[in-house]
Amino acid sequence: MSRKISMKTAINEALDLEMRRDPTVILMGEDIVGGTGAPGEDDAWGGVLGVTKGLFAKHGDRLLDTPLSESAYIGAAIGAAACGMRPVAELMFMDFMGVCFDQIFNQAAKFRYMFGGKAETPVVIRGMVGAGFRAAAQHSQMLTPLFTHIPGLKVVCPSNAYDAKGLLIQSIRDNDPVIFCEHKNLYGHETEVPAESYAIPFGEANVLRDGDHVTIVSYGLTVHRAMEAADALARDKVEAEVIDLRTLSPIDWDTIIDSVERTGRLVVVDEAHPRCNLATDISAFVAQNAFGALKAGIQMVTPPHTPVPFSPSLEDLYIPSAEAVAAAVRRTMAPSPRSTLAA
Amino acid sequence: MTDNPYPLDKADLLQAYRTMRTIREFEERLHIDFAKGDIPGFVHLYAGEEACATGIMMHLNDNDRIASTHRGHGHCIAKGVDVHEMMAEIYGRSTGACRGKGGSMHIADLSKGMMGANGILGAGAPLICGAALAAKFRGDGGVGITFVGDGASNQGTFLESMNLAAVWNLPVVFVVENNGYAESTAMEWAVSCDSYIDRATGFGLPGVTVDGTDFFAVHEAAGEIIRRAREGGGPALLECNMVRFYGHFEGDAQTYRAKGEVESLRANRDCIKLLAQRLTETGIVAPAELETIDREVNALIEDAVRCAKAAPLPVAADLLKDVYVAY
Repeated sequence: MSRKISMKTAINEALDLEMRRDPTVILMGEDIVGGTGAPGEDDAWGGVLGVTKGLFAKHGDRLLDTPLSESAYIGAAIGAAACGMRPVAELMFMDFMGVCFDQIFNQAAKFRYMFGGKAETPVVIRGMVGAGFRAAAQHSQMLTPLFTHIPGLKVVCPSNAYDAKGLLIQSIRDNDPVIFCEHKNLYGHETEVPAESYAIPFGEANVLRDGDHVTIVSYGLTVHRAMEAADALARDKVEAEVIDLRTLSPIDWDTIIDSVERTGRLVVVDEAHPRCNLATDISAFVAQNAFGALKAGIQMVTPPHTPVPFSPSLEDLYIPSAEAVAAAVRRTMAPSPRSTLAA
Repeated sequence: MTDNPYPLDKADLLQAYRTMRTIREFEERLHIDFAKGDIPGFVHLYAGEEACATGIMMHLNDNDRIASTHRGHGHCIAKGVDVHEMMAEIYGRSTGACRGKGGSMHIADLSKGMMGANGILGAGAPLICGAALAAKFRGDGGVGITFVGDGASNQGTFLESMNLAAVWNLPVVFVVENNGYAESTAMEWAVSCDSYIDRATGFGLPGVTVDGTDFFAVHEAAGEIIRRAREGGGPALLECNMVRFYGHFEGDAQTYRAKGEVESLRANRDCIKLLAQRLTETGIVAPAELETIDREVNALIEDAVRCAKAAPLPVAADLLKDVYVAY
């Protein structure tokens, strides 16, 4: 049975299904129950934006509210994972990574390698990413490149409810540490989602739209900007292929390269800061491995190299827009000076 | 037959001596081999601190987890990690406990409940909270022990973990191995309180301070605290005041220590000498029995070094192995 549900509900459903399936799955985080120890209702919040609402009623003590103490409880999730549990720890905003990153990149990410292949750390760290919520500089970042940089971590960033459910289920079943990035501006976005359980394998990008003229690669919220741009371009007879990466580590290089070899043009749209991000990574990979197929310079659409601003007038300028994506595509379509000269 | 005034039978007493001697011999040998240039990287020796690891670990089984520190060889040996595998690891060999991928600062053996030495000071405390949480979910009675030095006791992770363990009522024991020095910096200068008991009290935990060079004192205090945690009584802190015979790392000239300090500690506060004295004075153990152990330990370490040197190095393919379970 399929029905339209929001990404928030899809995430809740994935957690519920996996907790039913596997007794070692436990959830922990700040206010994921909400109101623990307070005089009012139990399960008052279900997470700061209600993503885990209702799960305490179903699974009781397997949901643990934590003190505001990210280093301690993210580390505890990792330690429990190394001891046979499958914890899903919510880091309310990925921006809080700064206070607990050691536990993730020096501990969880390295156990398997550093201990000679003798450890498994099946932990999921899930949290909100992205701008557009008027949440300002410390609650709005797209920090995905921090995570893709680290060997040992897997990094997931879904663009819709269907993918969020299947990818989260896969994340929980996966035996490596997974950073699961949820764009807060997609929580209310609805798509058709089957009620039953399903897992989407990692490293398989989703081609959302076929096209022969240009390849647009993105992930998360900006996938939607890319699709808007593709629709606008189609009116001018420019057919863009839009690739939603879904997982950033592992990344589906084959789908990107196959597409660029067909279209000869590449635009990468990334909400992360522009230096050493997914856009630069993908651009470099394509330049190294499919240079001969390129008919034009690669274009990158990113925010400027600034923190995320607060004022709506500035934040709207910060986030890559559909217009910016379309403009980048048009730049790749324009005849290059060299080809003009040759003509 | 002489009456045994101690709460341990003779076999356990001899085992305690053997463990402490094994740690000492292991570390003394590394000190020599490091100076010869045989050993790559950083090495931090536990010599002088053996009574602490041994007195605590005698209360644990493989189901109990420990999170160790950069100065972790003693914890490993006392927790039952294979000495040959440890030596091979420190020599960077493929037969090592971590197949040569971890080295001295990352020796781990999860099958023995040893969750790793750790190069990040204080990082083990949150991890052991997780191990204790897992034990609590399983209901298997397992406890978690995390070690920090006086230096790492100032880390937020350690302090946050005491709070988390108290809030979740976890079976965790926080052991502060206070050897007086955070690398080269004196504990008296870098730690804002006079006693770690005060810090434990601040988080609602009971705390005990013992002379960490007295095996019996450590063993007794640890026994009570661990039993309490195992029975659901919650976390506690154990401070062991102890001495470091070598520098922070091998190659440290220790110019920050007073002249004659180490010599005096070796003469008067050597936990192994003190244990041997107590065992022989009471007549429970004959000096010859200890000498036999000494010889066996020497042979064990000699063999471990010989095997490590003869063992194969990791091959190029190992560089890319075990980053992920599957990718």
